[in-house]
Amino acid sequence: MSAMKTSAKNWFHSGEAAIWLSGAAVSSSIIIVIGLFLLIAVNGLSHFWPKPVAQFEYRQGANQTMTLIGEVRDRETVSTERVTQSGEWLAPDVASSGAQTQERQLLKIGNRERFGLDFRWVLSGNIVTTDYPADLLVIERQEWGNFYGFLQSVVQGEGADTPEADGAGPRGMMARSIERALKIRQQIHQIEGEAMARINYDIERLRLRERRLELEQQLTEAAKKTIAAERAVLDSEYQALEGRLGELYRAINRDTLIMVDSTGQPKEIAVGAVVRAYYPNSFGLSDKLGFYAEKVWEFVADDPREANTEGGIFPAIFGTVIMVLVMAVIVTPFGILAAVYLREYATQGVFTRAIRVAVNNLAGVPSIVYGVFGLGFFVYFLGGNIDQLFYPEVLPAPTFGTPGLLWASLTLALLSLPVVIVSTEEGLSRVPRAVREGSLALGATKAETLWRVVLPMASPAMMTGMILAVARAAGEVAPLMLVGVVKLAPSLPVDFNAPFLHLDRKFMHMGFHIYDVGFQSPNVEAARPLVYATALMLVVVIVVMNLAAIRIRNNLREKYRALEN
Amino acid sequence: MNDSNLMTHAIDVDNIGRKPSSGARATETCISVENFSLFYGDKQALFDINMALPRNQVTAFIGPSGCGKSTLLRCFNRMNDLIDSVRTEGTISIDGENIHQRGRNVTELRRRVGMVFQKPNPFPKSIYENVAYGLRLQGVNKRRVLDEAVERSLRQAALWDEVKDRLDDNAFGLSGGQQQRLVIARAVAVEPDVLLLDEPASALDPISTLKIEELIHELKERYTIVIVTHNMQQAARVSDHTAFLYIGELIEFGDTRQLFTVPQKKQTEDYITGRYG
Repeated sequence: MSAMKTSAKNWFHSGEAAIWLSGAAVSSSIIIVIGLFLLIAVNGLSHFWPKPVAQFEYRQGANQTMTLIGEVRDRETVSTERVTQSGEWLAPDVASSGAQTQERQLLKIGNRERFGLDFRWVLSGNIVTTDYPADLLVIERQEWGNFYGFLQSVVQGEGADTPEADGAGPRGMMARSIERALKIRQQIHQIEGEAMARINYDIERLRLRERRLELEQQLTEAAKKTIAAERAVLDSEYQALEGRLGELYRAINRDTLIMVDSTGQPKEIAVGAVVRAYYPNSFGLSDKLGFYAEKVWEFVADDPREANTEGGIFPAIFGTVIMVLVMAVIVTPFGILAAVYLREYATQGVFTRAIRVAVNNLAGVPSIVYGVFGLGFFVYFLGGNIDQLFYPEVLPAPTFGTPGLLWASLTLALLSLPVVIVSTEEGLSRVPRAVREGSLALGATKAETLWRVVLPMASPAMMTGMILAVARAAGEVAPLMLVGVVKLAPSLPVDFNAPFLHLDRKFMHMGFHIYDVGFQSPNVEAARPLVYATALMLVVVIVVMNLAAIRIRNNLREKYRALEN
Repeated sequence: MNDSNLMTHAIDVDNIGRKPSSGARATETCISVENFSLFYGDKQALFDINMALPRNQVTAFIGPSGCGKSTLLRCFNRMNDLIDSVRTEGTISIDGENIHQRGRNVTELRRRVGMVFQKPNPFPKSIYENVAYGLRLQGVNKRRVLDEAVERSLRQAALWDEVKDRLDDNAFGLSGGQQQRLVIARAVAVEPDVLLLDEPASALDPISTLKIEELIHELKERYTIVIVTHNMQQAARVSDHTAFLYIGELIEFGDTRQLFTVPQKKQTEDYITGRYG
């Protein structure tokens, strides 16, 4: 016994225990990180895979059966007791079998205008038959969610270019109709999103010019006339576009699909409202892969639809990246200058030490506090004053006196400033004295030495600081809700209207998007997979940005490798 | 004070800053040190040093570690100014000008007094840019002028043939000995009057050391050289004059051959015969 005790003691003192302990800590950390990533990836990516759509004969009462059509999205087991207590009808043969638990399935039934809800739980025990009819059609619509049903016929409106008689059948006609409608939709999108947006922007600028002249009391008759003339030109352009748009809208709604839903009732769907129509049960593997790629691309590159539960998250990705870039542009020079002063110029003493402690503590301040500060100082005080001084013609509508991209970036710059300062200082302190002296001995002043030798050698450390700052800022959500992020931004912060980068605009952010979709969505079941997918996208974007920065840093490191000998 | 220096050391005022041909003015004083003391805070590191270093000759400082030889060397281009607690008394004059004079332009002094350090310290730049660094500081940016200066300096440092095909490569790719010669080329590129070498070969292998020593022989044609060394054989090989310092005091200063063969002081004899240090 005592021999064992000694050997255990020896083993402990040999340091073996510490190795095992630290090894275990490392491996569990890695497992946790990988597990987290896998969970997000699997849940996020599987959402886009096409699922077969089932047709159930479902018993709902003693002599009452109905047809249900939908995608099975989830399964779970509940106790029989709970089912009966909830008042749900359970088929007598299942109830009397004495099973303790019942399986139930979450069905995405779509057809919101008929059922009110997109999702419904069904008890597996109540299902009589399950079918996967190959001609079951799924229609993704601009509004009202998915429609599940069978295509009966396609009614073409006036001026149809494809006569019904060419033998294509309803399916071929539908495909052609939808293709045509999508092309028209693209044109509409172009007119509304680009041409009309530009004219609106110009008209608004004209209005502001007039207002400004009025405020400065220089609105002469001549000025009024030129403005009126310019406005007339823009108005006529706008009206021409509007006319064209009206035509396109009439054209896009020319054809109608006649559908039959699960209850056997007919339903007309205008082709103009269709995003995509497909027969999931007749998909082969290549169809599925193609569909998957299309859906993933839509998610990455399209605007959101239906209260962010459908479509893509492109504006959120774009907003996140732009905000982080603007933040990096602000924080990097600021932090570097502060670090240079602290390390190279300030007399090292109690005061500088106090500043350093303060800077380090800034990193520990909860981010929401920065948000409050940003709202109070940047938005209301700075922004309000900027509006008074530079944008009086827009008032009472605020320009910078409201949350926006600039203030969000500034707030995050403040938040990540300590990281940049600390890393830069560290880098500066690592530049060998010998190299500085070498430069000074050649007759360089301190500033010349700093600019030509010291800062380049410290640049990898600055990049490290920036990487850490970007990583911290990109994942921050709480302060952004106060200083500029919105659920749905009407336009991107970058467009083709001068000055191209609109720092005053509100923007979308993936972190906030996750929160919004996950917790504020009216359609929880539809939103959940998107939470995972958006989270995955957020992680991927941050990783990509970090990898790019790390690459740059490694190149710099290679170039400015410190003296090793 | 400056004027009195000129008088006592009989420097030809007309020739200040010019490089006389060696031999003819072999014994002319370049750097003169008078009653010079240096303090690190309260601690005195150099005690009342007086010496006159002749122009276009090699003067070696020898002595045990911590004797103040590097400190004294670093006074000649005022590198000690970088240490806050340093205070000096007495005067050091180069070509008759007091280097501590009020209003003296330190960067101009350092341009005239080049320095090479113990460890090679090239900048993280290309070989070409390392040599051109000092000239660029002076605002020289003409490619042709720089090209010429770089080639001349690298030739003077006996490095040209080894690097002429890779001037744009990073200087860190060179060997230690090559780096040290690059640093010498960098120092001579600005055409200084004086070259201070602070143990230039102590971090190098014997072959590189030999090359540096040969180089010193050639460079003294153009520059007044002061070298600090731990290695007495090296001092004997390369220098014309040798100063022996011990705990901050100048014990003996004179002709190298004389100092090594018939030292005047007991402490010098003890040191060069290896009894301490």
